[in-house]
Amino acid sequence: MIDPTLVDWSRAQFALTAIYHFLFVPLTLGLSFIVAIMETLYVTTGDTKWKEVTLFWMKLFGINFAIGLATGIIMEFEFGTNWANYSWFVGDIFGAPLAIEGIMAFFLESTFFAVMFFGWNRVSKKFHLLSTWLVAIGSNLSALWILVANGWMQHPVGMQFNPETARSEMVNFWEVIFNPNAYNKFLHTISAGYITSAIFVVAISAWFLLKNEKMKDFAKRSILVATSFGLITSAYNILTGDNSAYTVAQNQPVKLAAMEGLYQGKKGAEIVAFGILNPDKKLGDKQEDFLFQISIPKALSILGYHKLDAYVAGMNDLVYGNKEHGIESAASKIGKGKKAVAALKAFKEAKKQGDIQKASSALAQFRQYEKYMGYGFLDKPEEIVPPVQITFYSFHLMVGLGIWFFVLMIVMLYKAMTGTLTKTRTWLKLAFYSLPLGFLANELGWIVAEVGRQPWAVQDLLPVKMATTHISTTSVMITFWLFAILFTFLLIAEVKIMATQIRLKGGENV
Amino acid sequence: MFEKLSTYALQEYWWFIVSLLGGLFLFLTFVQGGQTKLGLAGNEEQKDLIVNALGRKWELTFTTLVLFGGALFAAFPLFYAVSFGGAYGLWMAILFSFIIQAIAYEYRKKPNNFFGQKVYEFFLFLNGTVGIFLIGVALASLFTGAAFKLDDMKHMIWLGSMRGLEALGNPFNILFGVMMVFLARLNANLYFMFILDDPELVEKAKKAIKTDFAIFLVLFLAVAGWILSMSGVGYEQNKFFVVVHKYLNNFLEMPLVLGVFVVGVGLLLGAVVMALKGVKKAFWFSSTGITMVGLSLLLILGYNHTAYYPSIADIGSSLTIENSSGSRVTLITMSYVSLMVPFVVGYIAYVWRLMDSKPLSEDEIEHDVMSY
Repeated sequence: MIDPTLVDWSRAQFALTAIYHFLFVPLTLGLSFIVAIMETLYVTTGDTKWKEVTLFWMKLFGINFAIGLATGIIMEFEFGTNWANYSWFVGDIFGAPLAIEGIMAFFLESTFFAVMFFGWNRVSKKFHLLSTWLVAIGSNLSALWILVANGWMQHPVGMQFNPETARSEMVNFWEVIFNPNAYNKFLHTISAGYITSAIFVVAISAWFLLKNEKMKDFAKRSILVATSFGLITSAYNILTGDNSAYTVAQNQPVKLAAMEGLYQGKKGAEIVAFGILNPDKKLGDKQEDFLFQISIPKALSILGYHKLDAYVAGMNDLVYGNKEHGIESAASKIGKGKKAVAALKAFKEAKKQGDIQKASSALAQFRQYEKYMGYGFLDKPEEIVPPVQITFYSFHLMVGLGIWFFVLMIVMLYKAMTGTLTKTRTWLKLAFYSLPLGFLANELGWIVAEVGRQPWAVQDLLPVKMATTHISTTSVMITFWLFAILFTFLLIAEVKIMATQIRLKGGENV
Repeated sequence: MFEKLSTYALQEYWWFIVSLLGGLFLFLTFVQGGQTKLGLAGNEEQKDLIVNALGRKWELTFTTLVLFGGALFAAFPLFYAVSFGGAYGLWMAILFSFIIQAIAYEYRKKPNNFFGQKVYEFFLFLNGTVGIFLIGVALASLFTGAAFKLDDMKHMIWLGSMRGLEALGNPFNILFGVMMVFLARLNANLYFMFILDDPELVEKAKKAIKTDFAIFLVLFLAVAGWILSMSGVGYEQNKFFVVVHKYLNNFLEMPLVLGVFVVGVGLLLGAVVMALKGVKKAFWFSSTGITMVGLSLLLILGYNHTAYYPSIADIGSSLTIENSSGSRVTLITMSYVSLMVPFVVGYIAYVWRLMDSKPLSEDEIEHDVMSY
C-alpha cells in the first residue's frame, strides 16, 4: 500500500529543495553573462572603470554561486534517496543528461571559476576573459541538460517500456534531446534567468543612485549593460513563453486548461487577462468558473493551436470525455491502464514459472494498453487534474510580471541612454522594488510547470505516488525539517552578505 | 565504434569510468583533509593562506562527487535507486556535510556573514572529518553489502531499520572510513608543501606527514589485509554464491588490476619518502598513487563476475554490473559522451598548471579582492 503521507512529505521535500535551489540558479545563469559582457568592455576599451564594475558584480555572482551549488547537490541525489522507484524507472534516460551535464558543464564551470576569481594576476587578460565566458557557457550548458531531462518527464519520447526490466529504456537519444518540450523549456527558463539577473543589477544600481550621487557613473554603466541584456532577453522570453504554451497544449492539455481555469472546452477560446477563480467551483458542476474576469477573445486557441477557432479542451472534457471532439475520458484510460498493469504482473509471474506461452500472451495484452500504464495506478478520474488555483494564479502572475519587466527594461534603458536616470526617483524606486519580483516570477514559472503536471512524475507513465522510495514518513519529515532549517539559515546568510557588500560599495555604513 | 562492443564489454567500460571517477575523488579529498588541518596555522594570515589554497580546488572535489553520482545514475541506475534510496540516513548525512562545505569558503570571511567565521571553519572541519568518514563507510559497504531485496518490478525493499546508518555498526566499514580521513589528511600535507609559499607552514606540514602517515599505514594494512581475506559474492548466469577470498582471487585473476594496485601503493609510499626529504612535487606522486589504488579497489569490486553491492538479506538480489546497468542504447550513447573526458582532463590539467605555476603567498591573498 502506498502511504499518502509519505508521498506528500517526499513531494514537499523535493519542492522545498527545488524552490530554494531555484532562488539562486536564475541569478547564476544571467549574472555570469552580464559579468562577461562587462569584462569584455574592460578588455576591449582598457577603461579600468569597467574593471571596477566587473569586480563588484563578480563578487556578488560568487556569493550566489556557492549556495546554488550547495542546494544543487541535494537535487541530484534526492532523485535516488527520495524517489528510488522513479530512479529505476527513468534512470536509463534521465541519468544520461545528468551525467553529460557533469562531464560537459560542471567541470567547465568549476575549472574556469577558479581562474575567473583568482586568476586576475596569474593569467593574461585575454585568458581571464575567456575563462569568464566559459563559466557563463558552462552554467548555461548545465541548465540545458537538466532541462532536457525535465522536458522528457513532461513529454516522454525516444523511449520504450521494457517489461523484462520494468523500466523505460532509451531507444533514440536524439529524440530525447530534441524533444520540443525540452528545448522550449530550456530557452524559456534561461531567458527568465537572464531577466532576473538584469533586474537584480538594475535594482541595486537604482538603489546606489537613490542613496549616493557619487555612484552615478558606476550605476549608469551597470544599468546600460543590464537593461540592454534584459530588454533583448525579455522579448525573447515572451517568444519562448508562446512556444512553451504551444507545446503544453499539444502534450499536456490538462495543464493548459488548469493554467487558464478552463473547465468546459470551447472553440475560439479566450485567454483570461485578469480573473478571480470561483473557489467553490468543482469539476463537472454548473457553477460559474470565475467570480470576475477580463478576457481576450480567441487568444487561447491561437496560443495553444495557432488557429482562431481551434477547440481547446477543458478540464471537464479531459476528465469525463467528449465524444464530439474525440476526447477519451480519464475513466476509460484508467480502465485500460489497469489492464496494462495486470498484464505486466501476469507476464512477470508467467516468466517466473517458465510458462512461455502465457508470458507471450500477457505481453501482447500489455503492449495493447501500454500507453495507458500510468493511469492504471490512479484511483479516480479527477486525479488527473492538477491543483487549479495554484496553477492558474501562478501562471497569470508570472505573465503579468513578464510584461512589467519588459516595460521596466525599456524605460530604464531609455533613461540611461538619455542621461536622465537620476531625474525621476519614482522609476528608480520602482526598479529597486522590482528586485524580488524577478525571483518570484521564476518560482511561479516552476510552480506552473511542476504543480501543473501533477499527478505525474513522468507524464502519463508514472504517477508521483508510485515514484517514491519506500521509507518511513518520519525519516522524510526529519530530513525535510533539517533542510528547511539549514536552507533558511543559508539564505539569510546569503542575503546578509550580499546586502553588506552592496552597502559597502554604496558607501553606506554597515 | 562502441556499437561493436558486447553489452558486457560496455558494462565493464562503464564500471571502469565509475571506478576512475572514484579514484580521482579519493585523490581530490586532499581538500577535505586540508580542512581538518587549519590548526597548522600559527596566525590568522596563515589560516587564510591555507583556506585559500584549498578554496581554489574545492569545486573539483565537489564536481567529481556530483559526476560520480550522475554516472552511477545513468550507467547503473539500479544501484542508484537501491543505495541512495535504501541507505537514506547515511547518504543524507553525507549530503549535509557537503552542503555546508559549499558555502563555507565563500562566506567565511565576508563581513556580516550571519554565523561568524568560527562556524564556517567548523563546517569545513565537519566536512573533512565526518563527511569523508561517511563516504568511506558508504564505499566500504560495497564490500560488506547491505540488507535489501528486490521485487519482480525491481523495486527495492530495504530491511535495515536505520536506513543505512546500520553500516556504522560494521568494524570494517568504520576502519575504512577512518582510513580515508587519514589518507585525505596525509595528502593535504603534501599539497601544502607543494603550493604554499610559507616556510613555516611548509615545515609544519612536513612534520605532520609522519603522524598522519603512521596512522594511515596501520589502518591501510588492516583494511588491505581484511579485503584480501574476506569473502565476496560471485555469480554465473544469474546464480549467486559466496566465494571465499573473492577479492584476493580477483587480484590474482586480473594481474593488470593487481599491477595498478601495487604501483599505486608504491607511488604513495615513494611520495611520502620524497616529501620527508623535502621534494615539493611529491604531491603529484601521492595523488597518482591514490587514484590508482582507488581505481583498482573499485575494479575488483565489479569485475570478474563479482557482485559489487551484495545483499546480505537475499543473495539473489545482489547487484552486479550486468543486472544493474542501463540499457545497451544508453551505455553506447554515454560511451560516446565519455570520449570528451580526456579533453576535460586536459583543460583541467592546463588550468591547474597555469594557476599553480607559482606558490601561493600571504602577500597575494592580502592584495586579492576576491580572496576567501
